[in-house]
Amino acid sequence: MNDILSRRKLKAEIFRIIATISTWSSIIILIILLGNIAWDGLSKVNWTFLNNFPSRFPHKAGIKAAIWGSIWMLALVAIIAVPIGVSAAIYLEEYAKKNKLSRFIEINIANLAGVPSIIYGILGLTIFVRFFQLDRSLLAGSLTMSLLILPVIIMAAREAIKAVPKSIRLGAFAVGATRWQTIQSHVLPAATPGIFTGVILAMSRAIGETAPLIMIGALTYVAFVPENINDPFTTLPIQIYNWVSRPQVEFHHLAAAGIIVLLVVLLTMNAAAILIRNRSLKKYKW
Amino acid sequence: MKQFIITLITITFATLLVNCGGDSAKTSSANTLSGTVKIDGSSTVFPITEAVAEEFGKLYPKVRVTVGISGTGGGFKKYSIGETDINDASRPIKDKEIKKANENQIEFIELPVAYDGLSVVVNKNNSWLDYLTVNELHNIWKPGSQVHYWNDIRSNWPRKEIKLYGPGTDSGTFDYFTDAINGKSQSCRSDFTKSEDDNVLVQGVAGDTYALGFFGFAYYKENTDKLKIVPIDDGNGPISPSMESINNGTYSPLSRPIFIYVNPESLKRPEVDKFVEFYLAETYKLSEEVGYVGLPESLTKDIQQKYKTRSTGKWYSQK
Repeated sequence: MNDILSRRKLKAEIFRIIATISTWSSIIILIILLGNIAWDGLSKVNWTFLNNFPSRFPHKAGIKAAIWGSIWMLALVAIIAVPIGVSAAIYLEEYAKKNKLSRFIEINIANLAGVPSIIYGILGLTIFVRFFQLDRSLLAGSLTMSLLILPVIIMAAREAIKAVPKSIRLGAFAVGATRWQTIQSHVLPAATPGIFTGVILAMSRAIGETAPLIMIGALTYVAFVPENINDPFTTLPIQIYNWVSRPQVEFHHLAAAGIIVLLVVLLTMNAAAILIRNRSLKKYKW
Repeated sequence: MKQFIITLITITFATLLVNCGGDSAKTSSANTLSGTVKIDGSSTVFPITEAVAEEFGKLYPKVRVTVGISGTGGGFKKYSIGETDINDASRPIKDKEIKKANENQIEFIELPVAYDGLSVVVNKNNSWLDYLTVNELHNIWKPGSQVHYWNDIRSNWPRKEIKLYGPGTDSGTFDYFTDAINGKSQSCRSDFTKSEDDNVLVQGVAGDTYALGFFGFAYYKENTDKLKIVPIDDGNGPISPSMESINNGTYSPLSRPIFIYVNPESLKRPEVDKFVEFYLAETYKLSEEVGYVGLPESLTKDIQQKYKTRSTGKWYSQK
């Protein structure tokens, strides 16, 4: 009897140790990676670096064009992908009948989320760059990226909408609200925090992607800030990738500095989204 | 939040409308010259083109020069449908690429801009190797090669497994090396470590006493403390790659020219014309700054002449 008890306790203890090791090993790896990058690049992050265009001299090279390219692209992607993604989720959850067709669409969206990003690059090249003749513009890049992150947004938004209790909808209907009024005044506000979580994840993916942009021919040397959505552009990951592959070790340090900037942009963006999410979280409690 | 999104959308459409005005009038005087020069192609040529674009930008700040790195072949695909004005190429244009371009009525002016010396390197601790002949290199790299140990090359070398490193099969560097050593581009043994990133090859050879690899001269020059260069003997004694031996052609057969291919149609736009002119004038100085070797003076004159007369088609790479 005692023997069985101690064996069960031993198993529990082993599991606890495995779980602890898993957590800490990933944290330690993250710390080592960040530490390594900070060590290499922190001294290079300064105003010259942020405010200069690329150069063959490492001490003069900067990432102004890449920062602005990334910001432009993210803003456009948000404008394009969020409304479409959320609307699609609303349709699938609130309007579409649960039949074979909607099941088929559902499965396909889930599959699309797992398609390698380079495939979206090929699609973007064929459709946006060549067919619609958008050239290698910000618009073509943003549309491609939007395609890439749409499945993620749709799935997250659907989950969030699904989590809104049915009683809320029924209550709204009971006092005579139309379906649109119900969605707009009850379901959507209640689902906002969940939708935002999905958008944060999706946008974080968009800011770090390189492969589809290289595929559609986003550029590496750009010595101007894009002024409108038809301008050619470069982004932070592309610039970092180029510096890493240079023979001179000074450029590798610049790449580390670029990674730090990319991290800061990413964290700022996520922090903003989390703030918005928390604000709306407080409003609705059941 | 709603207000914010509406503002964003308004701004977007406003910029869209403004942009419909299109390119403003192009004037040809020095610093009012404007327009765009679109370049794509080899990542090997990129550092030179970037340097030229940087210097050009100081003289003509309103001209937008953009450079991509789709690789030599990927760049030619864009060039041959008229998407770019200039293609950077680390190897001569191929016949099927010429055919593709001709189908779209696109011609090209072939302009060599610098030399690159493909460097064969071994680990710093490799004490036995003094040089390799072209024939030995061929035996190592030929398809179905039987060289697995160092003493398969010369019998007095150690019986240790040889680890081979080389660039990926899509790169112009691989094309050139296999053509020069094995007589046919892309013909090569396949059991070696490949990477598109030359820094990975440097790390690989630097970390393994029994390694042998090859890549562009610039990557050797930046890592002379970690690598040992292999002099190559093509019948006239072993020669190491250096600025001098690559420039005067004695480092043979692994010194290769790198090119830009220019669309003569694009040259009707003054900004492209000025850019190429500037490129040819500055490439000697700038290519050495970024780790390549300038062309000999006699050749430079020929190139300027070809450019001035706008003579299209292959000429240099045919020799």
